[in-house]
Amino acid sequence: MNHTAIKLDGVERNFGAVRALAGVSLAVGSGECLGLVGHNGAGKSTLMHILAGTLSPDKGDISVGGTRHEGYWSVNVARTNGIRCVFQELSLCPNLTVAENVRIVHGSLKGIGWKKRSQDIALQKLDEIFPGHGISPSDAISDLPIGKRQMAEIARAFTVTDIPLRLVILDEPTSSLDAVTAQQLLTFVRSQVTKGTSVILISHLLGDILGTCDRIAVMKDGKTVAERPAKKFDRHSLVAAMGTEVNQNKSTTAKLAKAKSQAPVAIRAKPKTAADTGELIAHQGEIIGLAGLSGHGQTRMLLQIFSRSDAEVPAPVAFIAGDRQSDGIFHLWSIASNVTIRSLRSLLRRGLIASDGEGLLAAEWKKRMGIRTSDMNNNILTLSGGNQQKTLFARALGSEARIILMDDPMRGVDIGTKLEVYEMIAREAKAGRTFVWYTTEMEELQYCDRAYVFRNGAIAASLEHEDLTEEKILQASFAESSAA
Amino acid sequence: MSRSLLRSLLPVISLAVVLGATFYVQPRTMSYFGLNLMLQYAVPIALATIAQMFIITVNDLDLSIGPFVGLVGCISATLLYSNPLLGALALLLCIAAYAAVGALVHSRNLPSIVVTLGLSFVWLGIAVLILPSPGGKAPEWLKSIMALQTPFIPFPIIAAIVIGLVVQLALMHSSLGVIARGAGGNPRAMARAGWSMLKTKAAMYALAGFFGVLSGLSLLGLTTSADAHVADRYTLYSIAGVILGGGEFIGGRVSPLGAVIGALTLALAGSFLIFLRISPDWQIGAQGAILILVLALKAPLTPRDASK
Repeated sequence: MNHTAIKLDGVERNFGAVRALAGVSLAVGSGECLGLVGHNGAGKSTLMHILAGTLSPDKGDISVGGTRHEGYWSVNVARTNGIRCVFQELSLCPNLTVAENVRIVHGSLKGIGWKKRSQDIALQKLDEIFPGHGISPSDAISDLPIGKRQMAEIARAFTVTDIPLRLVILDEPTSSLDAVTAQQLLTFVRSQVTKGTSVILISHLLGDILGTCDRIAVMKDGKTVAERPAKKFDRHSLVAAMGTEVNQNKSTTAKLAKAKSQAPVAIRAKPKTAADTGELIAHQGEIIGLAGLSGHGQTRMLLQIFSRSDAEVPAPVAFIAGDRQSDGIFHLWSIASNVTIRSLRSLLRRGLIASDGEGLLAAEWKKRMGIRTSDMNNNILTLSGGNQQKTLFARALGSEARIILMDDPMRGVDIGTKLEVYEMIAREAKAGRTFVWYTTEMEELQYCDRAYVFRNGAIAASLEHEDLTEEKILQASFAESSAA
Repeated sequence: MSRSLLRSLLPVISLAVVLGATFYVQPRTMSYFGLNLMLQYAVPIALATIAQMFIITVNDLDLSIGPFVGLVGCISATLLYSNPLLGALALLLCIAAYAAVGALVHSRNLPSIVVTLGLSFVWLGIAVLILPSPGGKAPEWLKSIMALQTPFIPFPIIAAIVIGLVVQLALMHSSLGVIARGAGGNPRAMARAGWSMLKTKAAMYALAGFFGVLSGLSLLGLTTSADAHVADRYTLYSIAGVILGGGEFIGGRVSPLGAVIGALTLALAGSFLIFLRISPDWQIGAQGAILILVLALKAPLTPRDASK
């Protein structure tokens, strides 16, 4: 650990108005395993993409092996410096075989006999990391189950041809592995580290992080907030480092929540994504939060409620999409049409849409949501992102739906708009509407009467409003280890 | 028999069925001369199908290949005949234009269907400008290649096998072919591995242009004079051929040998319907019915993505 393999100095990265990285300085020594933990949106993924070269930093320096890198930092520069990355969402070509996928990351695997060489190194690495893996290098990726795909991708990251391995970044590498293969991987990581390769391990399994890493860095709000040898951390101090104390006066809402739980049940559903799981129950007029790390089954829960599969949902439902560009707005339509699309059936008169009714509905919701436009007949894209999102809220709230499902709808919305919408949600809930709100932001959970914390597709905990502290949510989001 | 094996054999089976039916209806086709006559137009169709396959490999679709083949014919029957050097240059320009289209589709993130649909009228327009009414002359060397009498096995069959094998080797077994198919399978993964999608797309479009030129030349060698509209139907033939041959519209799953077999099947189906004395008015519809039948057989054999 005398040399540094990679060093970042004051790296910043913005996405529009969102500051993903606010000056991160981080060093990884050669032959060191660094653990990286943090809650959603802490900047882990952005940091990793920058190291891998798929994103370039707005500001800051990257040094490789002690010398500062000059010029443009790109994927190919990162590769020639021996940096490999296993992304959380897999980066394999499903139509190709395992060996062909290995070829893709190695420019030197070409010419006569490339296929044989590629198959050999793929198989050798798989044998080394996952003995008894049962994967043939000539298997097409699309024929493999998700766990084996992940094994193939991990093995690919450790294959070596002409460029020596310097740093391998593993982002949630065990998310699809069973306990045995996960342990095989962690053992292999330790053996690689003793051979001088550096590894950055990102995981929500704190036991794995504590047991495997030499040093742990905690990220929060685009910065590293704590960085210590792993021995100096335990589970509690790690969780504490990730969170913040939120002091709020909760007594009034707590009383209200008690009253609401007497109301009739509006939704009863059990996630289909896991066998051993709690049940989601929402009473009329409640705001229910879905918490936990992103991608642990919250959106699937919402879709399950929406499609009423294995869910008791007696009242009409409306869905507010989080990814408004691809799932929410109709790009070519006016603001008014975007608002009224959910309510067309109630606007029918003799089989045709009553255009005056449509105009009235749009005008009413322009006023109620405060959509900032001179004319509701303007194209939806003339609005700012926040106002587009308000349009989606107007679409749902303007309809007859009694249950509103929200899929992290405040992504990339400015704080002013957020506060207006929060107020609207509280008012509508008081009027008897039920909200199920998946959110990745801690503060938004403060508006919820109750929250369900999801982990690996299951409801891991149900927290009442007064228990909704960041620490408790983090505790429930991070499991002990992959064996658990 | 496993589903995947059955699936890869489906193109061969459909060709065998159509061939068998043709022999049954008209036994005299079961000869060197008969096969030669029936299959000679399969060569340009197979080349156009290969061109289309390169585009489909990178998840795009080329709706202009038919008029493009027509344009190549018109250039070859006039410019290439009178001034070989200038003609060859013009054909090279055609290939370069295809590469530029690929680069444009990628860099501006345009739907290839719209771009190539527009271009189909451009190619047709240029072809009509060059050759307002059918005519022109095929270069002698071209005619003699296409009229080649090979021993034992008719030339069209040998040509089809050679085309299929060469492209199969290049796309399915070479290290660069992997990059091309990977670009169709998961473009983001390719970009993360440091490959330029722009270069890949431009190269694949250029290859499509190259095989489009070969298709136009071979067609002219058979017809000996050109017509701007002669290959208009090739657009749909080529797409049908790729799919019939086991390819899929997205995901980089293609099969060059299958595509050639698909093209042969389509060419044979045309002859078969003539032998059945189906009136020409009904032939296109009947050909479509055959196509739907084969594709319907393919659907239950398509594996579902294991991760979904």
